Amino acid sequence: MERLFDFSDYDQLIPLVQNSLIAGLLLGLMGGLVGVFVMTRDMSFAVHGISELSFAGAAIALLVGLNVALGATFGSIIAAIIIAIMGTRAKDRNSIIAVLMPFGLGIGILALALYEGRAANKFGLLTGQIIAVDDPQVFWLMATSVLVIASLLLIWRPLSFASLDSEVAEARGVPTKTLGIVFMLLLALAVAASVQIVGALLVMTLLVTPAAAALRLTASPLLVPVLSVVFAAVSVVGGILLALGGGLPISPYVTTLSFAIYLAARLIGRLRNAGALR
Amino acid sequence: MAKQPVLKVKKASLSFGDKSIWKNLDLSVAPGEFIAVIGANASGKTVLLKAILGQLQLSSGAIELLGKSVAHGSRQIGYIPQHRQADSGLPLRARDLLRMGLDGHKFGLPFPSRKTNQRVSEMLEMVGAQDIANTPIGQLSGGQLQRIRVAQAVIDNPQLILADEPLSALDLKQQSLVAELIDSQRQQNGAAVLFVTHDVNPVLDYIDRVLYLANGQFRIGTPDEVLRSDVLSKLYGRSVDVVRNQGRIAVLGSSDHDHHDHEKWT
Repeated sequence: MERLFDFSDYDQLIPLVQNSLIAGLLLGLMGGLVGVFVMTRDMSFAVHGISELSFAGAAIALLVGLNVALGATFGSIIAAIIIAIMGTRAKDRNSIIAVLMPFGLGIGILALALYEGRAANKFGLLTGQIIAVDDPQVFWLMATSVLVIASLLLIWRPLSFASLDSEVAEARGVPTKTLGIVFMLLLALAVAASVQIVGALLVMTLLVTPAAAALRLTASPLLVPVLSVVFAAVSVVGGILLALGGGLPISPYVTTLSFAIYLAARLIGRLRNAGALR
Repeated sequence: MAKQPVLKVKKASLSFGDKSIWKNLDLSVAPGEFIAVIGANASGKTVLLKAILGQLQLSSGAIELLGKSVAHGSRQIGYIPQHRQADSGLPLRARDLLRMGLDGHKFGLPFPSRKTNQRVSEMLEMVGAQDIANTPIGQLSGGQLQRIRVAQAVIDNPQLILADEPLSALDLKQQSLVAELIDSQRQQNGAAVLFVTHDVNPVLDYIDRVLYLANGQFRIGTPDEVLRSDVLSKLYGRSVDVVRNQGRIAVLGSSDHDHHDHEKWT
């Protein structure tokens, strides 16, 4: 238990992880917003697929000594483009993702096996960082998330229309296809940023779970993104704070918080529905 | 001076590979006109709507909306799709679906505004749906959803309403309710209606003309001109009986499937 939670030097530790906390907040904001469209466009599986290729890109970058963030972004954008071009229909999309995913993972594992640096770096890409986000990384995260959040807010309405009511949106002249591609690219950027903090295997905990929990609680198009953002931010920031003392990766804390919120949301949603029926 | 037609289809032909769907289709739709597009399965009714929406390229000919070549959709079009049960988990209530017809194409966030709220409430009242305004669309019945769909299609005052089998999957009572709603909205807005259906009866009282598609050919005219045994027999190239009974019309022997030769209400 002491290894899991250790709050002894808390007051001294907090300033050291200021960077991580800022990064966590931004990730939560971005993940919560992107997640809403991941859910309404039914793209959870695509998130997983993109994150494996993002991992491959990051691993290759690590091996050849390039910027890992750049590698992660490069990998996920390639994945997003392939999925966007080849998977316009949902069925095609799923099979293409299923084909891409193990390939990306394999390439990544090869690159990591050949890498001779610190073992912690290797592991971090798959399962998340130990709480040490350095300055250039925070800058990179900030730039990515600000870009993603701003673009998403700009196209929010037409993207919602295209995602929720595509037939009518298309008839009304909304460029549904272009919006779909733009969203894939924004998703790719969000995945690349998340991979560096929570790791490739756990990206869904930020990009899917919070939005899924929010959808259990409300059908209001304004409340869903707000709740989703709050849930994501609480998961990441809370995860970082809980992980502080133990020196363990933050990801199990983040995923557990996120899962707990989802369970609570399901329970509340269910109780409320039962109440409404009575 | 005659008013400019809302929609003009000029010598339009469409074929998929060798198969011709329709040839040299000519149609001019005046403002406020209600036209039913009927015909057998696979006679190209829905395909015609897709061509008007710019989603399908004509093999030859042209389609003009308000004097301009059709593009990919238009804000002058209100579209009512076929009823499909909506996912229950979607973050969308009846009022939100309605509002997207008004400003869903605009950039930015859907912040509440007094003006849009007022317009949305007005439309909800008009289709008698105030009580389901905050119901998630996944929980609406077929008739409720299609009533919201009608309101969504007309909320931005379009010049042309395209309806693609909006009554299928509704019971008779809901069918006549939704049909009546479309008609009254057309009268209030002066919008023209192109109404694709396999059953003309629910809209028989409202339509000005019929576009009957069959065998790659077509007939246009008032219901009395087109829905006749001799006219349709010529169109199908075989004997077809049009029967009128208590204000309803049935076309017998029009079925394209030889194995079930019982009557088919068109």
